[in-house]
Amino acid sequence: MKEEKVDVAIIGGGPAGLAAALSAKRVGAGKVLILDRNKELGGILFQCIHNGFGLHRFKEDLTGPEYAQRFIDEVKEMKIEVKLETMVMEINSSREILATNHKEGIFRVKATSLVLAMGCRERTREMLSIPGVRLAGILTAGVAQQWVNLEGYLPGKEVVILGSGDIGLIMARRLTLEGAEVKAVVEMMPYPGGLIRNVVQCLQDFDIPLLLERTVTFIYGRNRVEAVTVAKVDAKGESIPGTEKVIPCDTLLLSVGLIPENELSSLARIEIDSSTGGPVIDERMQTSVDGIFACGNVVQVHDLVDYVSQQGEIAGKSAALYALGKLKPAKRIIKLKRGRNIRFLTPQRISDQEKVTLFIRVANPEQKVKLRVGEGIIEQTKPLVRPNQMVVWTVPFGDFKLSDLREMEVSVIREK
Amino acid sequence: MQNTIEKTDVLIIGGGVVGTAIARSLSKYKLNVALVEKEAEVGFGTTKANSGVIHAGFHDQPGTFKAKLCIAGNAMFDQVCEELDVPFKRCGGLLIALEDRKLQVLEELKAQGEANGVRGLKIIKDNSLFQMEPNLTRQAKAALYAPTVGVISPYELTIALAENAQQNGVRIFLDTKVKNITSVDEELKCVETMRGFILADYVINAAGLFADETARMAGEANLMVVPRKGEEYILDKKRAGLVKHVIFPLPQEESKGILIIPTVDGNLMIGPTAEVIEDKFDLSTTAQGLRIILEEAKRLIPQITAKDIIASFAGLRATNENGDFIIEPSRKVKGFINIVGIDSPGLTAAPAIAEMVVDTLGQEGIKLALKEDYQPSRRWIRFRELSAEQKDELVKKDKRYGNIVCRCETVTEKEIIEAIRRGARTLDGLKFRTRAGMGRCQGGFCTPKVMKILAKELNIPLEEVTKRGDKSNILWGKSKQLLKKEK
Repeated sequence: MKEEKVDVAIIGGGPAGLAAALSAKRVGAGKVLILDRNKELGGILFQCIHNGFGLHRFKEDLTGPEYAQRFIDEVKEMKIEVKLETMVMEINSSREILATNHKEGIFRVKATSLVLAMGCRERTREMLSIPGVRLAGILTAGVAQQWVNLEGYLPGKEVVILGSGDIGLIMARRLTLEGAEVKAVVEMMPYPGGLIRNVVQCLQDFDIPLLLERTVTFIYGRNRVEAVTVAKVDAKGESIPGTEKVIPCDTLLLSVGLIPENELSSLARIEIDSSTGGPVIDERMQTSVDGIFACGNVVQVHDLVDYVSQQGEIAGKSAALYALGKLKPAKRIIKLKRGRNIRFLTPQRISDQEKVTLFIRVANPEQKVKLRVGEGIIEQTKPLVRPNQMVVWTVPFGDFKLSDLREMEVSVIREK
Repeated sequence: MQNTIEKTDVLIIGGGVVGTAIARSLSKYKLNVALVEKEAEVGFGTTKANSGVIHAGFHDQPGTFKAKLCIAGNAMFDQVCEELDVPFKRCGGLLIALEDRKLQVLEELKAQGEANGVRGLKIIKDNSLFQMEPNLTRQAKAALYAPTVGVISPYELTIALAENAQQNGVRIFLDTKVKNITSVDEELKCVETMRGFILADYVINAAGLFADETARMAGEANLMVVPRKGEEYILDKKRAGLVKHVIFPLPQEESKGILIIPTVDGNLMIGPTAEVIEDKFDLSTTAQGLRIILEEAKRLIPQITAKDIIASFAGLRATNENGDFIIEPSRKVKGFINIVGIDSPGLTAAPAIAEMVVDTLGQEGIKLALKEDYQPSRRWIRFRELSAEQKDELVKKDKRYGNIVCRCETVTEKEIIEAIRRGARTLDGLKFRTRAGMGRCQGGFCTPKVMKILAKELNIPLEEVTKRGDKSNILWGKSKQLLKKEK
């Protein structure tokens, strides 16, 4: 079996992995290797042919492939080694990788530092346990996107979409443009799951009804979907009897959330945060295992790729410094705890940085609030927070004396 | 076979585990054997939704076919699975009593099992129960331990039985529903199918849920099959360690109750419900079914949660009103054998039912001469189960082993191509053969890849690829076609 040694190995060549590789190289890492299972770099961006990427980072409105290409070009220029169509089967806490591809067979890679950038996967119908029949015509929005955008096929012609996550909204528009009829987007919560701009541009502009506080309660059909029942839900998310309405359709698309892909992380015994579904990280993106870093959607599900790239750069830099033996050990560790109205936040630990960017997902929408770290040590006013828009807050920890703290709570509080 | 007339010595109607087991048993003999199945692939009816438990035989009353054939069948599984390269694990079973006063029921079941000839039954009343099953509820007072209980994949077994039967000359016609049995005389039966006529000296009715209708075509009107629905829920592999044995509750009047099954594939399965219904096509899961199963399963293993569910399905048992299997020659037509009401423990009994049917055919006058070149062995490579070194060797031999298509279950391109070469024609068929799409992402990443391979190997356009045959196409057609039509 072949075995090779690298300084920084990166698992996943999507936006997180690409940014990590580039920044690792820039910091001066020797041999950097990207492993990716697809035929091309770019990860999921490859099938995201709509625009809206890079507004923050490049101040430009790019499509997914355009955004990815900027990084891919640089990876080529910097002669970073890439292994494509390569599946990583195992990793361990000593940063050894077992992988396979059809050119080299099974091989091992020993990395001085390792960056996890595996991204996420979609939740499925089965995870929601929607009653009914297992039929053709039930698929996740991401798979539908792959069929339409990459392969040129339409999965169905009368579509109901359950869940108003961004991919679902984007696909409502795409399917309409390709000739299908999108009968409704059904959302359990009282507010949409995706970005407001997507609700406007993908649903309202195409007269697609968004049915809030409703869910699909049954799927009918013999071989392919023939209809679904949609019912109102109460505050607990339980369907209300008597409110059922049958919508005939041949396809049910699901856009009901994403799950960080951490099967490999658990093989390396990395600590996972149950609120994000990803590794617990510090502000340098180091996981609980020394020398293993993580970034992007494997850590937490982001709304915007721009932030994924930002996190990737930090992880790449830290991994490079680690490989060079220059990553300073943390002087002290302060745990950031989830407080009021916080669904999750990263990083979950900070050490001694001057400024740390916190990524916060709130649990409920709220107006006129303050974000707060600790007992009122650091605060910021916000007119509005909502779950479908991640709060990005760069906190100047260096300005405050925190030396005696072990733990701080991050919370959303109402302004008086 | 298309609007033609085929001639055969024995025709088996139904490609479930019973039909295919009979096909394989008959393939040992110098006979012309054919099997017709109405679905796109074998095992697509009741079989695919079976719980996959190989029962010990203590549940059934002494003297019944169920008791006799369950115990005989159970004993055959080691050899059958060895020959067919089908994973089988004798993990043992524990039937749990949560109250002291139910100890009596355990004693009765033990006595019944022993009367049936079940070996190794033991009642466990002390703390060793919790050593055997550390996650069992502390409410458990005692258990009946049955070491011969096992787990298997019912569809993998059925596929292997069919493949091996084919290797030995049995012809299998898929998508071939029986429409009528037109002429029936002692010598020759004429069976009309959707795809042509088959003339057979002997007909075996193993049509499962539709065995009553098939019997009626041959003039036997008083056999009834009642569908009894069972829902099952599958939990993520990361919960696999929760139980080591098949966990049974005290039996219910209508069924064995809600079980907790450590499947042979390394998942945990909970179910099934047992609900008599009318529609033989109703394969829906229900909110109520899920609720009952979770409630019952948690009573025995409190750590089970709905959050770990990655898949669910429902199946229909072919239940017969008198409660026992019917395996007998028709009273109306010589050479026509009815197999009706094969519900639990039908999977366990299947190899024994097959042997019994061969004997019955012998008594009916068929000539049973063994083939000299019968090949009992069938092999299947499961990449995921090999060591890194073995995997490396395989990839060196065939690069397509290096291309992993289904990442959740580690299924390679070569395994998918091999499954198609051996007869898979649908996504479900590929899933059952290789497990591609069966993992936690439920085909999210691999469905398009698998479909492309299937389309290429079968030489059909992508839009003709189906989930499970008949109008279950995955894709509607090319993009923008609908827009063009409007113009």
